[in-house]
Amino acid sequence: MRCRLAPRESSPRWLLLATPVAAIAATLACGLLAGGAVGISPAAAIDAFFLAPVRDWYGLSELLVKAAPLALIASGLSIGFRANVWNIGAEGQLVLGAIAASGLALYVPELGPLLLPAMVLAGGLGGLAWSAVPAWLRARFGASEILVSLMLSYVALLLLSYLVHGPWRDPAGYNFPESALFPPQALMPVLLDDTRLHLGTGLAVLALAAAWTFGARSYLAFQMHVAGIAPGAAGYAGFSAPRVIWVGLLTGGTAAGLAGAAEVAGPIGQLLPNISPGYGYAAIVVAFVGRLHPLGIGLASLLIAWLYLGAETAQVRLSVPSSITGLAQGTLLFFLLTADLFARYRLEPVRPAQNGKVPTCPETAAL
Amino acid sequence: MGKMNWAARATRKIVSAGSLSALALLSGTVFGIQAQAEPLKVGFVYVSPIGDAGWTFQHETGRQALTAALGPKVATRFVDKVPEGAEAERVIRQFARDGYDLIFTTSFGYMNPTIKVAKRFPKIAFEHATGYKRAANVGTFNVRFYEGRYLAGLIAGSQSKTGVAGYVAAFPIPEVVMGINAFTRGMRASNPDAEMRVVWVNSWYDPGREREAAAALIAQGADVVTHHTDSTAVVQTAEEKGVLAVGYHSDMSKYGPNAHLAAVTHHWGAHYIKVAKAVRAGTWQPSNVWGGMKDGMVKIEAIHERVPATVVARVRAAEDRLRAGTFHPFAGPVVDNTGVVRVPAGSVITDEALSQMNYYVEGVRGSLRK
Amino acid sequence: MSPESALLVLAAVLAAGTPLLLAGLGELVAERAGVLNLGLEGMMLLGAVCGFAACVETGSLGIGFAAAMGAGVALAALFAALVLGCLANHVVTGLALTLFGTGLSALIGLKYTASTIDPLAPLIGGADAFALGTIVLTGAVAVILARTKTGLILRAVGDDPASAHALGYPVRSLKLGAILFGGALAGLAGGYLSLAYTPLWAEGMTAGRGWIALALVVFASWHPGKLLLGAYLFGGFTIAQLHAQSLGLSAPAELLSALPYLATIVAVVMLSRRSRGQENAPAALGKAYHPRLEN
Repeated sequence: MRCRLAPRESSPRWLLLATPVAAIAATLACGLLAGGAVGISPAAAIDAFFLAPVRDWYGLSELLVKAAPLALIASGLSIGFRANVWNIGAEGQLVLGAIAASGLALYVPELGPLLLPAMVLAGGLGGLAWSAVPAWLRARFGASEILVSLMLSYVALLLLSYLVHGPWRDPAGYNFPESALFPPQALMPVLLDDTRLHLGTGLAVLALAAAWTFGARSYLAFQMHVAGIAPGAAGYAGFSAPRVIWVGLLTGGTAAGLAGAAEVAGPIGQLLPNISPGYGYAAIVVAFVGRLHPLGIGLASLLIAWLYLGAETAQVRLSVPSSITGLAQGTLLFFLLTADLFARYRLEPVRPAQNGKVPTCPETAAL
Repeated sequence: MGKMNWAARATRKIVSAGSLSALALLSGTVFGIQAQAEPLKVGFVYVSPIGDAGWTFQHETGRQALTAALGPKVATRFVDKVPEGAEAERVIRQFARDGYDLIFTTSFGYMNPTIKVAKRFPKIAFEHATGYKRAANVGTFNVRFYEGRYLAGLIAGSQSKTGVAGYVAAFPIPEVVMGINAFTRGMRASNPDAEMRVVWVNSWYDPGREREAAAALIAQGADVVTHHTDSTAVVQTAEEKGVLAVGYHSDMSKYGPNAHLAAVTHHWGAHYIKVAKAVRAGTWQPSNVWGGMKDGMVKIEAIHERVPATVVARVRAAEDRLRAGTFHPFAGPVVDNTGVVRVPAGSVITDEALSQMNYYVEGVRGSLRK
Repeated sequence: MSPESALLVLAAVLAAGTPLLLAGLGELVAERAGVLNLGLEGMMLLGAVCGFAACVETGSLGIGFAAAMGAGVALAALFAALVLGCLANHVVTGLALTLFGTGLSALIGLKYTASTIDPLAPLIGGADAFALGTIVLTGAVAVILARTKTGLILRAVGDDPASAHALGYPVRSLKLGAILFGGALAGLAGGYLSLAYTPLWAEGMTAGRGWIALALVVFASWHPGKLLLGAYLFGGFTIAQLHAQSLGLSAPAELLSALPYLATIVAVVMLSRRSRGQENAPAALGKAYHPRLEN
């Protein structure tokens, strides 16, 4: 019997929750199989990847330290993704936020207690400015924000390289490409002694809360949601398309910039040529796995952070290469995208023609 | 004293011996490093892949020498391809949390992460290669590679027909700069008109870029190339293009049977063994080790048979004087390539000036980014 | 500069531009059919490692190139299954492909970091046969797209799949073919890097060339001819930067390296400003299509 795909009007909630879980399970199974193929016992793999990293308070704190930038950026990105505005350049916006914050730390340390809040603010503005470029180009010229934001990511990395190799290089650093260490008033206060948990983690929680409030309560969020699924209808309803584009890109940019500032003021404490292990791209994965919902994003960020930590532990204990992280993330996405098919569409058997009539979809039959 | 009987004296001896050993143990704990009974756990952090030759390969060779020498008394483990920066901190910290007693971090960029982790784990000994920051439990170690570079330059200068040499370098830190300068000085000792050109690839390990850089230098007329990067790409490129090359870190002749003039090689094993033994005995103290040819930590090897015997003799003679301490590649006058005299005639460059070197000597084209 | 040096530099530019041209060509065909594949970097890396591994194991460059192409096709097939079969979002799928391909290539490549092979010998003045063959291929693609019926149908599929379907053309098969072609060329581009350009394997050796190739397609406004010029231009920037350094010129290296990306942004904007009726992006680029769905 032949089947065909029919779109669902709305996906049942249980399915929306089950698909990420199923994808995670499938990825796990693949990982254990692959590990077994190269001689790593499932027990050793599970221990190194999942149990060892969080066995003590320090490990749990590291989980939060790693998850915070992911959750922060993903909450900003999700607002745009819902509206079909694709900000792929979060990595570059993160870098700009870090640069802006570092500039303050290096040149105006005399701000004293005001320095840290100023750095955070500067970080947000830096990311916002960098995302404003693709926003303007899309709103004004219809240029693809995917390509522009992506290209700008690379430009941002080159700008960072120029700064740490040149004007912002630590004069006492023997020509190595890094900035001077930030003064103490520029560093995020540590929340828990002996851990690296810092105030920046709080920013992530705030961002999630803000995203949830925006999504649940704001009329603009509704407009953006409609614009995402039915741009024609949104146009008819008078929802301003440029506004959707601007808000969609700027929220992601600001969030990424804040995350960048939090990273340099927090765990890193200076500006380096490499300040992010791909948080901007991993956040896209997080947003997607979290179904663009703040609660889901919070959970997904913990999961992805867990994968990162597990890969590092496995690297030291099992000599598993660090590339396993990207592989796991890619596999997870593949399974999720496959499972999504069933969340968005349902399979219908095609009934053979009766009385010479060609069978039609129930939805269009009524038209 | 005579009135004390045998038992009392014996007891006193035992008590004093006991308190002496307790004191020894205590002094061990004052530095935080206790004498070891079970195998010493030693961790190694490498910045690039081990491969068959290169910076990390030599460190790995050193690690294997350590396990061969101390056998069951050590248990070693390494992690390679660890990028410098925040990720390095996590790997070093992971070793610390897993109960390692001694951790070697083998790249300049691991300096700040090593210091950070060492602060949290005062009982573990850390040794950082090529850095300049030390702490109560962090020592640094390095090798006077410039001695080997000078000798390599002697050879290169004698064999180059165009008189132009190329250098593919990673980062303009003093260690790399002093290598460039030493090589140039050696080259000009053989050929006073020789010129050196430098291309920076901004990475310790990026074979693709190293190749492109070498090709660019060769296209501009360099017929001897060398490098301060981790892979064998420069030697391979020289072989393909039919020019000469000097290998670095390891003997790279198998990558360039016709091109490979000589190699400046690194040897870390002796140092690793010395440190591990000290940590085991509880006598380790953080210090700044800067060994050279006389300690066997750098050598010039695999000199190609095409190099005439007179040149080889000259190199060996210079080597002997280096080992004896009667010759220094940076003995004055040392003039930079803008004409400023950096070390006047009659004096020798100080170690401090060397470790802060940020200029090119006469004969090097271009200037360092300020 | 002496004539020999000039020739060497020209050959270097040709070689630097070839992987960009190959990957860009494949992506151009796919995008003309309406598919946006952001997974170029992953396909190139997988192609590079599989090609290199095959050559090390068998000693034959030909098998190496074939394996590279095969790897690209395999990954592209995965992309097609998701985008055509599961109607997945092009952007996310492409990113997943990049993550997966990069990670898998690093894993496979562990064994081969220290291996060496006999490189491809230069043919004329330092340029190898591959580089020259790529120019011929570009011409062929240009002719097919612009002058043949297949090319016309492909472009129709990219602009308006519903109409093409109504006219009876097998839209999904054509998209599939375009995706696989794109994968084959991307894999080949990666294979060129690891077998000819720098005969070795190093993790992440494409160094962002996949993203530059994506930019190139837009920069060339989906024209194979302009793609060729753009590829050599972008490839030339890298070489120019190295030569400038060697000569002691003090232009900041990063500015030269940023030029390809900045140039693309300008091109994207210029393209979008053009009025309707002129050559611009395939109208249905990046949109999911299924013949039995209302769009």
